[in-house]
Amino acid sequence: MKFGILVNEGPFQHQAADTAYHFIKAALDRGHEVHRVFFYHDGVNNSNKLSEPQQDDRNVVHRWSKLAEEHGIDLVVCVAAALRRGIKDEILAPGFRISGLGQLVESGIQADRLVVFGD
Amino acid sequence: MSEVTGGVEVEEEIGGTVKKFMFVNRKAPYGTIYALEGLEVVLISAAFDQDVSLVFLDDGVYQLKKGQHTKAVDMKNFSPTYRALEGYDIDKLYVEKESLEERGLTADDLVVDVEVLTAEEIAKLMAEQDVVLSF
Repeated sequence: MKFGILVNEGPFQHQAADTAYHFIKAALDRGHEVHRVFFYHDGVNNSNKLSEPQQDDRNVVHRWSKLAEEHGIDLVVCVAAALRRGIKDEILAPGFRISGLGQLVESGIQADRLVVFGD
Repeated sequence: MSEVTGGVEVEEEIGGTVKKFMFVNRKAPYGTIYALEGLEVVLISAAFDQDVSLVFLDDGVYQLKKGQHTKAVDMKNFSPTYRALEGYDIDKLYVEKESLEERGLTADDLVVDVEVLTAEEIAKLMAEQDVVLSF
Protein backbone atom coordinates (compact mmCIF):
# COMPACT_ATOMS: atom_id res chain seq x y z
CA MET A 1 0.00 0.00 0.00
CA LYS A 2 1.12 3.56 -0.72
CA PHE A 3 0.94 5.90 2.27
CA GLY A 4 1.02 9.66 2.53
CA ILE A 5 1.73 11.07 5.99
CA LEU A 6 0.76 14.39 7.58
CA VAL A 7 2.53 15.58 10.74
CA ASN A 8 0.76 18.45 12.49
CA GLU A 9 2.73 18.88 15.71
CA GLY A 10 6.23 19.99 16.61
CA PRO A 11 8.94 17.64 17.91
CA PHE A 12 9.46 16.97 21.66
CA GLN A 13 6.44 19.05 22.69
CA HIS A 14 4.11 16.42 21.27
CA GLN A 15 4.25 12.72 20.51
CA ALA A 16 2.83 13.07 16.98
CA ALA A 17 6.22 13.26 15.25
CA ASP A 18 7.46 10.17 17.13
CA THR A 19 4.33 8.16 16.37
CA ALA A 20 4.47 9.15 12.70
CA TYR A 21 8.11 8.11 12.53
CA HIS A 22 7.47 4.71 14.10
CA PHE A 23 4.42 4.18 11.92
CA ILE A 24 6.52 4.84 8.81
CA LYS A 25 9.30 2.50 9.98
CA ALA A 26 6.77 -0.26 10.61
CA ALA A 27 5.04 0.32 7.26
CA LEU A 28 8.36 0.16 5.37
CA ASP A 29 9.36 -2.99 7.27
CA ARG A 30 6.17 -4.61 6.07
CA GLY A 31 6.94 -3.73 2.46
CA HIS A 32 4.62 -0.75 2.11
CA GLU A 33 5.56 2.46 0.35
CA VAL A 34 5.61 5.91 1.96
CA HIS A 35 5.89 8.49 -0.76
CA ARG A 36 5.73 11.72 1.19
CA VAL A 37 5.63 13.19 4.70
CA PHE A 38 4.02 16.62 4.80
CA PHE A 39 4.71 18.90 7.79
CA TYR A 40 2.04 21.42 8.73
CA HIS A 41 1.09 23.64 11.69
CA ASP A 42 3.87 23.39 14.32
CA GLY A 43 4.93 20.22 12.53
CA VAL A 44 7.17 22.43 10.38
CA ASN A 45 9.54 22.64 13.37
CA ASN A 46 10.53 19.02 12.67
CA SER A 47 12.74 20.39 9.88
CA ASN A 48 14.83 22.79 11.98
CA LYS A 49 18.48 21.70 11.84
CA LEU A 50 19.31 24.02 14.74
CA SER A 51 17.46 21.62 17.03
CA GLU A 52 19.91 20.19 19.57
CA PRO A 53 18.36 17.70 21.96
CA GLN A 54 20.32 16.28 24.90
CA GLN A 55 22.76 13.45 24.11
CA ASP A 56 20.72 10.74 25.80
CA ASP A 57 17.52 11.69 23.95
CA ARG A 58 16.32 10.77 20.46
CA ASN A 59 17.14 13.30 17.77
CA VAL A 60 13.82 13.79 16.00
CA VAL A 61 15.16 16.03 13.22
CA HIS A 62 18.15 13.76 12.39
CA ARG A 63 15.84 10.79 12.39
CA TRP A 64 13.72 12.36 9.62
CA SER A 65 16.80 13.22 7.56
CA LYS A 66 18.07 9.66 7.88
CA LEU A 67 14.69 8.30 6.81
CA ALA A 68 14.74 10.50 3.71
CA GLU A 69 18.29 9.45 2.87
CA GLU A 70 17.74 5.73 3.34
CA HIS A 71 14.29 5.38 1.83
CA GLY A 72 14.03 8.32 -0.55
CA ILE A 73 10.96 9.70 1.21
CA ASP A 74 9.94 13.21 0.18
CA LEU A 75 9.87 15.45 3.29
CA VAL A 76 7.82 18.54 2.50
CA VAL A 77 7.42 21.54 4.80
CA CYS A 78 4.49 23.89 4.17
CA VAL A 79 5.82 27.27 3.09
CA ALA A 80 3.09 29.42 4.67
CA ALA A 81 3.26 27.60 8.02
CA ALA A 82 7.07 27.63 7.89
CA LEU A 83 7.45 31.35 7.22
CA ARG A 84 5.14 32.16 10.12
CA ARG A 85 7.41 30.18 12.39
CA GLY A 86 10.78 31.31 11.05
CA ILE A 87 11.58 28.09 9.21
CA LYS A 88 13.55 28.97 6.08
CA ASP A 89 15.89 27.21 3.64
CA GLU A 90 18.91 28.38 5.67
CA ILE A 91 17.92 26.26 8.65
CA LEU A 92 16.40 23.30 6.83
CA ALA A 93 17.82 19.90 7.79
CA PRO A 94 18.97 17.55 4.97
CA GLY A 95 16.19 15.78 3.08
CA PHE A 96 13.55 18.45 3.72
CA ARG A 97 12.21 20.88 1.16
CA ILE A 98 9.80 23.79 1.47
CA SER A 99 6.77 23.84 -0.81
CA GLY A 100 3.07 24.63 -0.94
CA LEU A 101 -0.06 23.03 0.48
CA GLY A 102 -0.79 21.61 -2.96
CA GLN A 103 1.77 18.94 -2.11
CA LEU A 104 -0.46 17.79 0.73
CA VAL A 105 -3.59 17.64 -1.42
CA GLU A 106 -1.63 15.84 -4.13
CA SER A 107 -0.42 13.33 -1.56
CA GLY A 108 -4.05 12.67 -0.59
CA ILE A 109 -4.91 12.06 -4.23
CA GLN A 110 -1.92 9.86 -5.06
CA ALA A 111 -1.67 7.77 -1.90
CA ASP A 112 -3.94 4.85 -1.06
CA ARG A 113 -4.13 6.20 2.50
CA LEU A 114 -3.27 9.59 3.97
CA VAL A 115 -2.57 9.19 7.67
CA VAL A 116 -2.73 12.24 9.93
CA PHE A 117 -0.66 12.55 13.11
CA GLY A 118 -1.60 15.30 15.55
CA ASP A 119 -4.29 16.43 17.94
CA MET B 1 -1.74 28.08 -10.65
CA SER B 2 1.42 26.17 -9.82
CA GLU B 3 2.34 28.81 -7.28
CA VAL B 4 -0.94 28.23 -5.46
CA THR B 5 -0.67 24.48 -5.66
CA GLY B 6 2.91 24.25 -4.49
CA GLY B 7 4.46 23.54 -7.86
CA VAL B 8 1.97 20.81 -8.64
CA GLU B 9 0.77 20.96 -12.21
CA VAL B 10 -2.73 19.80 -11.42
CA GLU B 11 -3.73 18.47 -14.83
CA GLU B 12 -0.55 16.55 -15.50
CA GLU B 13 0.21 15.01 -12.16
CA ILE B 14 -3.13 13.82 -10.85
CA GLY B 15 -4.52 12.82 -14.23
CA GLY B 16 -8.18 13.61 -13.59
CA THR B 17 -8.43 11.60 -10.37
CA VAL B 18 -11.31 12.84 -8.24
CA LYS B 19 -11.38 11.74 -4.62
CA LYS B 20 -13.76 12.49 -1.81
CA PHE B 21 -11.95 14.83 0.59
CA MET B 22 -13.51 15.63 3.94
CA PHE B 23 -12.13 18.34 6.18
CA VAL B 24 -13.15 17.89 9.80
CA ASN B 25 -13.03 21.10 11.84
CA ARG B 26 -13.05 20.38 15.54
CA LYS B 27 -11.39 23.35 17.18
CA ALA B 28 -12.50 26.84 18.22
CA PRO B 29 -11.49 29.53 15.69
CA TYR B 30 -9.13 31.40 17.99
CA GLY B 31 -6.88 30.19 20.80
CA THR B 32 -5.02 27.83 18.49
CA ILE B 33 -4.08 28.13 14.82
CA TYR B 34 -5.69 24.86 13.68
CA ALA B 35 -8.89 26.39 12.32
CA LEU B 36 -7.15 29.16 10.36
CA GLU B 37 -4.47 26.92 8.85
CA GLY B 38 -7.05 24.20 8.23
CA LEU B 39 -9.08 26.63 6.16
CA GLU B 40 -6.00 27.37 4.07
CA VAL B 41 -5.83 23.69 3.07
CA VAL B 42 -9.51 23.73 2.14
CA LEU B 43 -8.97 26.71 -0.17
CA ILE B 44 -5.99 25.06 -1.87
CA SER B 45 -7.91 21.83 -2.36
CA ALA B 46 -10.40 23.74 -4.51
CA ALA B 47 -7.70 24.16 -7.16
CA PHE B 48 -7.51 20.37 -7.53
CA ASP B 49 -11.15 19.85 -8.55
CA GLN B 50 -11.79 17.25 -5.87
CA ASP B 51 -15.09 16.29 -4.24
CA VAL B 52 -14.69 18.40 -1.10
CA SER B 53 -16.87 18.52 1.99
CA LEU B 54 -16.45 20.21 5.37
CA VAL B 55 -17.68 19.02 8.73
CA PHE B 56 -17.86 21.17 11.85
CA LEU B 57 -18.10 19.46 15.21
CA ASP B 58 -17.13 19.93 18.84
CA ASP B 59 -15.84 23.51 19.35
CA GLY B 60 -15.33 23.64 15.57
CA VAL B 61 -18.95 24.82 15.26
CA TYR B 62 -17.82 28.15 16.74
CA GLN B 63 -15.79 28.75 13.57
CA LEU B 64 -19.10 29.50 11.82
CA LYS B 65 -20.67 31.58 14.57
CA LYS B 66 -22.13 34.93 13.48
CA GLY B 67 -20.91 38.13 15.08
CA GLN B 68 -17.28 37.34 15.82
CA HIS B 69 -15.52 40.38 17.29
CA THR B 70 -11.83 39.67 17.42
CA LYS B 71 -10.28 43.10 17.75
CA ALA B 72 -9.69 42.80 21.49
CA VAL B 73 -7.62 39.64 21.03
CA ASP B 74 -5.75 41.21 18.09
CA MET B 75 -6.73 38.41 15.73
CA LYS B 76 -8.11 38.70 12.22
CA ASN B 77 -11.75 37.67 12.00
CA PHE B 78 -11.56 35.05 9.27
CA SER B 79 -15.18 33.90 9.48
CA PRO B 80 -16.14 35.81 6.25
CA THR B 81 -13.89 33.37 4.37
CA TYR B 82 -16.43 30.59 4.96
CA ARG B 83 -18.94 32.62 3.01
CA ALA B 84 -16.50 32.73 0.08
CA LEU B 85 -16.25 28.93 -0.13
CA GLU B 86 -19.25 28.77 -2.45
CA GLY B 87 -17.26 30.74 -5.01
CA TYR B 88 -14.70 27.92 -4.94
CA ASP B 89 -17.46 25.36 -5.61
CA ILE B 90 -17.21 24.11 -2.05
CA ASP B 91 -20.81 23.91 -0.92
CA LYS B 92 -21.04 20.72 1.13
CA LEU B 93 -20.94 22.03 4.68
CA TYR B 94 -22.14 19.77 7.47
CA VAL B 95 -22.53 20.65 11.13
CA GLU B 96 -23.02 18.10 13.88
CA LYS B 97 -26.38 18.48 15.57
CA GLU B 98 -25.15 17.34 18.99
CA SER B 99 -22.27 19.84 19.00
CA LEU B 100 -24.63 22.71 18.15
CA GLU B 101 -27.12 21.72 20.84
CA GLU B 102 -24.48 21.26 23.53
CA ARG B 103 -23.45 24.86 22.91
CA GLY B 104 -26.95 26.31 22.75
CA LEU B 105 -26.63 27.12 19.04
CA THR B 106 -28.84 26.57 16.00
CA ALA B 107 -28.16 26.78 12.26
CA ASP B 108 -29.53 30.35 12.38
CA ASP B 109 -26.50 31.39 14.44
CA LEU B 110 -24.10 30.50 11.65
CA VAL B 111 -22.61 32.68 8.88
CA VAL B 112 -23.31 30.16 6.09
CA ASP B 113 -26.04 27.75 5.08
CA VAL B 114 -25.22 24.29 6.38
CA GLU B 115 -26.77 20.88 6.59
CA VAL B 116 -27.23 19.80 10.20
CA LEU B 117 -26.60 16.08 10.67
CA THR B 118 -26.47 13.78 13.67
CA ALA B 119 -23.19 12.22 14.78
CA GLU B 120 -24.41 8.93 13.36
CA GLU B 121 -25.13 10.46 9.95
CA ILE B 122 -21.74 12.17 9.93
CA ALA B 123 -20.05 8.87 10.78
CA LYS B 124 -21.70 7.32 7.71
CA LEU B 125 -20.51 10.19 5.51
CA MET B 126 -17.00 9.85 6.90
CA ALA B 127 -16.94 6.17 6.05
CA GLU B 128 -17.64 7.06 2.40
CA GLN B 129 -14.60 9.36 2.10
CA ASP B 130 -11.27 8.64 0.45
CA VAL B 131 -9.35 11.22 2.46
CA VAL B 132 -10.29 12.64 5.87
CA LEU B 133 -8.22 15.50 7.24
CA SER B 134 -9.01 16.85 10.66
CA PHE B 135 -7.86 20.15 12.04
